[in-house]
This record gives sequence, C-alpha cells and structure tokens, in this order.
Amino acid sequence: MERIYLDHAATSPMHPEVFQAMKPFFETYFGNPSSIHHFGREARRGLDEAREFIAQKINARFDEIVFTSGGTEADNLAILGYAFANNDKGNHLITTKIEHHAVLHAFQHLEKSGYSVTYLDVNEHGEISMEDLENALTDETILVSIMFGNNEVGSIQPIEEIGRVLAAHQTVFHTDAVQVFGSEQIDVNQLGVDLLAASGHKINGPNGTGFLYIRQGIHLASLQYGGEQERKRRSGTENVPAIVGMQKALELALKESERRKLLYTQFKEILLTSFEQEMINFKVNGNQEQALSHILNVSFPGLNVESILMNLDLDGVAVSSGSACTAGSIDPSHVLTSMFNDKNRSHSAVRFSFGLGNDLAQIEEAAQKVVNVMKRLESQIK
Amino acid sequence: MNTHVSEKAKKDTRIVVGMSGGVDSSVTAHLLKEEGYQVIGIFMKNWDDTDENGICTATEDYDDVIRVCNQLDIPYYAVNFEKEYWDKVFTYFLEEYKAGRTPNPDVMCNKEIKFKAFLDHAMSLGADYVATGHYAQVKRTDEGKVELLRGQDRNKDQTYFLNALSQDQLQHVMFPIGEIEKPRVREIAHEAELATASKKDSTGICFIGERNFKEFLSQYLPAQPGDMKTVDGDVKGQHDGLMYYTLGQRQGLGIGGAGEPWFVVGKDLETNTLLVGQGYHHDALYSNGLIADGLNWVSGEVPEENIRCTAKFRYRQEDHGVELIPLNNGRVKVLFDEPERAVTPGQSVVFYQGEVCLGGGTIDEILKD
Repeated sequence: MERIYLDHAATSPMHPEVFQAMKPFFETYFGNPSSIHHFGREARRGLDEAREFIAQKINARFDEIVFTSGGTEADNLAILGYAFANNDKGNHLITTKIEHHAVLHAFQHLEKSGYSVTYLDVNEHGEISMEDLENALTDETILVSIMFGNNEVGSIQPIEEIGRVLAAHQTVFHTDAVQVFGSEQIDVNQLGVDLLAASGHKINGPNGTGFLYIRQGIHLASLQYGGEQERKRRSGTENVPAIVGMQKALELALKESERRKLLYTQFKEILLTSFEQEMINFKVNGNQEQALSHILNVSFPGLNVESILMNLDLDGVAVSSGSACTAGSIDPSHVLTSMFNDKNRSHSAVRFSFGLGNDLAQIEEAAQKVVNVMKRLESQIK
Repeated sequence: MNTHVSEKAKKDTRIVVGMSGGVDSSVTAHLLKEEGYQVIGIFMKNWDDTDENGICTATEDYDDVIRVCNQLDIPYYAVNFEKEYWDKVFTYFLEEYKAGRTPNPDVMCNKEIKFKAFLDHAMSLGADYVATGHYAQVKRTDEGKVELLRGQDRNKDQTYFLNALSQDQLQHVMFPIGEIEKPRVREIAHEAELATASKKDSTGICFIGERNFKEFLSQYLPAQPGDMKTVDGDVKGQHDGLMYYTLGQRQGLGIGGAGEPWFVVGKDLETNTLLVGQGYHHDALYSNGLIADGLNWVSGEVPEENIRCTAKFRYRQEDHGVELIPLNNGRVKVLFDEPERAVTPGQSVVFYQGEVCLGGGTIDEILKD
C-alpha cells in the first residue's frame, strides 16, 4: 500500500536539497561557531550566511534574527521575554482565541504571574475583528500577539492592517508566522511587526529549528542562561546544520510558492468536488476565499473524528484532527469552538494539509479513500 | 489457538486488541501478532484522572502501549469513552451506593464499555474480532454458539466479571491468554522483551486506583453519619456513612472492648443504622439463598426449569453448590447447599456448570430461614 501523507502542517518531509546543504555541516564544518579556530570559523560562516539570507528575505537586519529550537521557543521567547522585560510599561496583553498552544499557553502562564490578558474572539471563519482589537487596547497594553495564518483552518489575519493600527500605540506587535513562513512573502517593515516567530520543519527543513525576528531596540528577557550566543538573547550552541537547512528550505519554498499555491488550490477542489458528487455530508471550516492554500479543514457532522482518522490511517491516508492529541484526549479544538458553537461540527473536523511530494493522482486516490471511509461510517450509524 | 473459526486467512483477519499498558494485554497483542493476524492496539481512556499536578496516569499507560506496539510493529491509537463510562458505569456505581448496596463497576464496564462502545469502535475499523487480556476462554461450538469458559489459571479466572456478556458480544471476542497461566504470561513478556514485562499489575477499581476509597466516594456522595448498633439495638458507636461499609467487613469499625472482634453484619437504610456483631461467624452474616435480578444467560437461552449448578457470590471465591430456581418475573431464586457468609446485595452472582460460565445477575435480596 502506497501511503499518502496529507499532514504537512504538522511536519513535512525534508527536501533532498536541504539534506545535501546540511550534510557538510555535520561532516566537515562541524565546529562550534563560537570557537576561535578554523573549525569554528567555518561553522560561523555557515551560520552567518543563513542569518543574512533569512534576514534579507523578510526585510530584516542581520542582527534582528535570533535562532531558536523552533516555533514554540520563538513564540515563548517573544511573549514571555517581552512581558518580563517590560512590565514597567503596563501589564495588559492581547492575543486571540485561536492561537497555537505555544502562544496560548505562554499567555496563560503570564496570567498566573499577574498579567491581564484579553483573548480576542473570531468570527465563524476564524478571523478577528479590527474593532474588537481597537476596543481592547488600553494604556496598559504592552504586547499584542496575533497569528498570521492559522494552523488548523488556515484563516489569515490582516497583519498589515493591524500593524498600522498598532503603530500609534506603545504596544509591540508579535505574530506567529509559522504556517505562513515560506509560502507568503514576509516583509516585517511593511507588516509593521516587531516580533515574528517562524520554524523550519513545516517547509521541508529539519525539525528542531526556527527563529525569532526581534526589531532593533526591543528588549527581551532571556529565558535561558549559559553562553553568550545570539547576543545573549538565546544561550546554547547554535544548531548550525539545521539552521543551514532552514535557509535552504526557505530558498526552495519561496521559489516554488506560487506554483504550489495553484496546485494546492486544485487539490482542495478535487477533494471537495468528490465529497459533493458522492453526497457526503460535509462542511468546510474557514473561509476558502481567503485562507492558506495548503490547509483544508472539513467537518463530517455526525461522524466521530477518532474513527475517521483511524480508518484513514489504516487505509494509508495520513491526516489529522487539527491539533495533535494526547492519550485519548477529547478536548475539542479550541480553534473550532471559538469559530462556532456546534459540537457535531467541531468533533468531526479533519485537517488535510498539502506539501512536498503530493500530486494530483495521490489526491484523487485520497479523495476516493475518504469517500469510502465516510460511506462505511455513515452506513454503520444508520 | 482454539478461539478462531473464521474462514478468513489470519493475515486478512483484523483484530483490535484493547491495550491498557499492562503486561496481560501486551502479551495478548504479542501472541496474536505471532499467530500472523493483522493486529491493531487501542488504548481506552475512560476516566479523567488528571491530578493537581496535571499528571495523568492514563498518559503514562498510553506511553507503555506505544512502546509495546512499536516493538510489535503494529499500529496503535487511543479512544476516549469518558462520557460513556460516566453515563453507563459511574452513574450506576453511585446509584448503587446510594441504595446501600456494593456495586460491581467492572462487570458493568465489560458489558457497556469494553465489549460495547469499544467493540463497536473496533467494528467501525473493519475488525473481525476484539481481543483483551482477560483470563477467560471462549469456545465456538459447531452450532455457531460461543461458550464462555473459565481461564486456565484458576487463580486469575475473570469470568466473574464477564458474566454479563451476550452471544452477540462474545461472537466477536478473543481471550488469547485465557489458556495460559499468569506466570507463563510474564515469562512470555520477558522472552519477547516487551517493555511492560516487569510492570506491576494494576489493582483496585480502575477509576479509584490506589487512592483512598472513602475519600474518593465522599467527593461524589454526601456522607450521613449514624449509629452503629448490635442486632439487639445496643448502640456501639458512630459510623461515617453506610456507603463506606460492606457486609463482613472488620476493619475501620473502631469498637474496642473484650471478646471477639466486631464485624459489619447488616445495614438499615431507613434508620441509617450500621448493624454490627461479634465474631467472624456471627449468625446475622449467614444466608441460605438469594434473589437475583438483571440476569444474563450467556447462551441466550433463559432457563425454564430448576438447574443444579455452582455459583460465586464474589470474585476469587470458591464455587458453591446451588439450586437455581427461575421465577416468573425474570428473576431467579438461588438456594445454597450450605449457608454462606456475607453474601452482599449489589454484587454479582455468577453461575457455572463445570468450566462453563452460564451467566449471572445482580444480588438483590438475601434469604435467611
């Protein structure tokens, strides 16, 4: 059985060219970039080239990039680091109800430490309202964190517009751009963001690497102590091979992004058209006109998502229920429950996410398999 | 393995194993995999036991399921039946305690969760059978019926807890370790180097675990303290709430003084009185028969005539000779050959003929002459 991987928003296969780019940094340029000898210098060159490349691609400066172990660490460093270092300016923070847990749980932690947090509602498409945001701002607000593209339903927030509104306020603006990085052009100045988190492994780079963009002049408290790497903002020996891999992954992703968008739009059409033709009872979650092209979230009301996922896995189709779940946890997705009050819908939601290696034939086969599973499950209920 | 009569080849026979993260279900999956079946491991989460530190033993148990399934190279999943468990098992459990009886949640869990909700789920995955690590055996007869037999290991036999299963349920069930003695199960686990080979067996009712039973129950049911009296009406002290005591119990009464130790010999719900008596063999603890309701007959055939058979009134008890007399309202009267001590309302009475488990019911009334 040839397995079909449609869970690229969780993590993605490494591009062979990324692997090639990383290889010499394991074998030849393996030095510690902080070392003063030849080996250190060679590693440092790779690290600096990656930093320069990534900075350029998001229109940032070389010294505004801090490498981290991934998106979660970048989000935590931005949120906790900024709040801890700037509580003399105020203690109010704003975020949304549909953030990734890396953001949401960081804010919940701050609430326990005495900060006050506003969680903005979203509409049924998973979009915040500018009015809500403006109403939430106070003199005490020091940080606004709003995700760029949502990892479960693909909804996109108007980051540039938000950036313009916040420019007149003392608050700094952080965005979790993990799902957008590599598929959309990011210009931190045009967007008006002060902090931006991204990760390498969603775009065919290696797991365990990411970065935080920190606008010059913004001071963050360090969350870990040790050597003075990353200008003391993030201690620990840099994971040079992975960082070089992320650089290569970004280069490839940007080159391909327009072609991929068209292809993924076609994938969505194939899936939705076959559900329609086969009279499957389904509902698309999120606004398809304005969403990340690689994410399609569909509910199959009346069916149980656990059964759907297991059946699809046994039939060779890998999808997910939105956020990864732990031992039989049934907590419905916080994203979907924020979008609508319909348990049947949120408990039956499946996320398809596309990426490297997916082709039309695979999607057609997957569509057929999904239809078969849904029909089988529907018939068992009747 | 005598449990399988399907026409399908083993490699095309899909078996979902209910895995708890313990050694018994690990070996169950291992044996089936060795036999060449298509095996899937599924962990059931029926109770949210997250403690104040955010730690949940279910997560740890599921981690063990993952380790074992990866060793066996079989897919694994987790399913959640917390709602079903609450509605069908825990609600019953509390109701019975409220009624002054001593319920048997494991019987209900097997009937409603493991071999209903879980079985249904397995069927939705295209399973031919569900297998669990119970110490019991199923025998498929030529007439297409399934008999429930005691486990080979008499010490571990779990048919007592399986007495409420129907033909429909048993048709789809396998108990691979039922024909093996427990020490051998451990040995197999060690030979196969399963990650759970040395894991301690779990004890107690699953949702209470090792916790203090009294403290647990008090979270859900208000305790009503009252008098502890002898059968002659002498007040001997105070009890903490009738639900905390069971017939024949000696511990925790706190009655001192001369003579033999004191035991719980009865409960009077109306006056909220706990009856106590001196001596293990106190007369009031003995009965000659019982009335059972909620009966299940494994064969699916309801007896119309009296039956000579043996019975167990609690788990891990020796069999007792009884005469079973069907009553006209779906109940049965059970007359004991010898008077029995501490037969307890709410517990299951389970009937056997030789190795075959006939079925059982819930003890509703105790009969004394």
